[in-house]
Amino acid sequence: MNNKIVLIAAMVAASFAQVGCNKDKINPNEKGSLGLHFDNRAGNMDLTLNNAQGYNTPLNQQITISTFDYYISNIQLTNKDGGVVTLPQTYHLVKESDTESQEFTLNDIPEGDYQSITFLVGVDSARSTMPIADRTGVLDPAGAGAGMYWSWNSGYIFVKLEGTSPQAPLDSATNTRPLYYHVGGFGGYSSTTINNLRTITLPFGSNGDVEVRKDGEVSKLHINVDALKVISGTTNVDFSTNPVAHFGTFSGNLANNYTQMFVLDHIH
Amino acid sequence: MYKISIFSIIVSILELVACGKDKPKPVEWTGFERPAHFPNPVYDFSSNVVTEAGFALGKKLFYDGKLSRDGSISCGSCHIQYSAFTHHGHAVSHGIDEQLGSRNAPPIQNTAWQANFFWDGGVQHLDMLSIAPIENPVEMDETVANVLQKLRADSEYPALFEKAFGTTEINTARTMQALSQFMNMLVSANTRYDKFVQGDNSALNAQEQAGLAAFRIKCESCHREPLFIDNEFHYNGLFRTNDLGHFGITLNPLDSFTFKTPSLRNLDKTAPYMHDGRFTNLDMVLDHYQSGIYPHANLDSRLTNGFSISNQEKADIKAFLLTLTDEEFIRNPLFSE
Ligand code: HEC
Ligand code: HEC
Repeated sequence: MNNKIVLIAAMVAASFAQVGCNKDKINPNEKGSLGLHFDNRAGNMDLTLNNAQGYNTPLNQQITISTFDYYISNIQLTNKDGGVVTLPQTYHLVKESDTESQEFTLNDIPEGDYQSITFLVGVDSARSTMPIADRTGVLDPAGAGAGMYWSWNSGYIFVKLEGTSPQAPLDSATNTRPLYYHVGGFGGYSSTTINNLRTITLPFGSNGDVEVRKDGEVSKLHINVDALKVISGTTNVDFSTNPVAHFGTFSGNLANNYTQMFVLDHIH
Repeated sequence: MYKISIFSIIVSILELVACGKDKPKPVEWTGFERPAHFPNPVYDFSSNVVTEAGFALGKKLFYDGKLSRDGSISCGSCHIQYSAFTHHGHAVSHGIDEQLGSRNAPPIQNTAWQANFFWDGGVQHLDMLSIAPIENPVEMDETVANVLQKLRADSEYPALFEKAFGTTEINTARTMQALSQFMNMLVSANTRYDKFVQGDNSALNAQEQAGLAAFRIKCESCHREPLFIDNEFHYNGLFRTNDLGHFGITLNPLDSFTFKTPSLRNLDKTAPYMHDGRFTNLDMVLDHYQSGIYPHANLDSRLTNGFSISNQEKADIKAFLLTLTDEEFIRNPLFSE
């Protein structure tokens, strides 16, 4: 008798639990969304372009930043079971001068509980060599992608950091002390050359898994991006000797540096 | 009577033939045609079919100063038809504000067979090429975005884009592809050499034929017939300057001082020679190959020890090279401004 009651109670409880589960059930055929916010910083301060006093570097030099732009692409999410979901190819050009470019929403994400995000800094080789008619939006070298394309050595600039520094050599033509750090190089069109494509993975860690559901609330990843990490880290760049990086082997140091530039600050 | 009638028949047949020949041919748009003795082009025409309207638009763009910052320089300023679309007489090209570039303007011809562009091979697709001269501060010093704005505001261009592409929209791809259509039509395949290889033995005289034979032994493995290019990069032993050539693109030390093998078609019209225009005439070029080659680890092995040219071969090769001029090409009104 007692046993029967327990059994019935357990069955009722179980069916309730199942109902509860159903609410949360993942249907990978349904699609949800996830927001991304790239918040550009200089050390632990918010990045301000053209600030007069500049920012201090580990080598105790100062940099006033005038441009900080980079491509984000090839976004993937890893769910809590380790399954990797590759999102539809979208290309994003995050520009410090354009607030709108710093936030975007990823759509068409299969429902799931995700534990990390992975993305490429730059434009992969397939897109770097695709027909001109397909180069639209931020990949249009004369449109939204203007200034991020090397025309004399076909390819996109992945990360562009420009500014001035009192420690940089004087350019007598302009009477300024400019810094130009342009990092690109997708590995070469027909013969191999430098590959500065870098993949970043940010685990959600203590923030917990991110639930993506068709009609659920859209989470937003708030990613801090420290511009100073381009010129510091494994290689601390001395502005007096390396005021410029363009297509060359030195740029690889900057690419290695900026693998540490992205930090997941919080999720909301 | 009998004789006369035969005679008159012959006359009338001759007349018929002659009349047929004299009939003014309607100027007919043929589009891009591969010359029978040329290989298949490298350019994928299915992605950008050459049409009469697209070609006309490309030609107008090519000759339009609007593509430069102050309107003073067009593509045609540095690529002049009568010198096979090179910057005649300029070792290195002169751009906006009379600024000097560092390299010699190559001819624009047979672009559809080229797998890479510029002396160092920095651009691999013709559709991406025109961005470079437009944005180069010592060439046209403009931005493509600005050029597009100027074209959109122009009274003629929107209609020309509509004719070529179906709508008045003016964008990067359409502009670049129209320029490609014009350039891809610049096919040079009608020299005395071409007639000779197509079976007309009288097209080359004895010395020119001897020159071709010598050329095939000494030079042809890089300057491959019938286009005289190999789409490769070599160091041919020139006195070295600080221009590292293809190295700038690959950053591979083995590519230092290598440059793209230039075509030799229309050579007589394209002096001066080499990537920096250092040789003002063909004799200097041949002297280089005979006795001016500087040794270096990257020197192409075909030009190292054992490579020699006799004075006789030099004279013969020169005679042969002068048969590569295509008068029809450099005078074709279809390509003129
Ligand atoms: C100021 C002179 C100048 C102007 C203007 C100019 N070019 Fe050039 N062009 C050059 C020079 C110099 C080179 C060789 C550059 C190099 O190899 O580094 C070149 C190379 C080229 C080539 C590559 C040829 C080959 O075999 O590699 C093409 C095609 C070309 N130009 C087309 C154009 C077009 C189209 C325009 C107009 C949008 C243009 N050029 C405007 C000087 C000029
Ligand atoms: C190993 C490959 C190779 C061989 C063999 C070779 N060339 Fe060249 N040639 C080149 C390259 C590469 C250049 C461009 C070099 C530069 O500008 O730095 C060139 C340039 C030239 C030019 C200048 C063309 C221009 O438009 O500026 C001429 C003319 C020429 N070669 C003729 C010859 C002749 C004649 C022979 C045989 C005696 C020959 N070449 C053998 C690779 C070769």
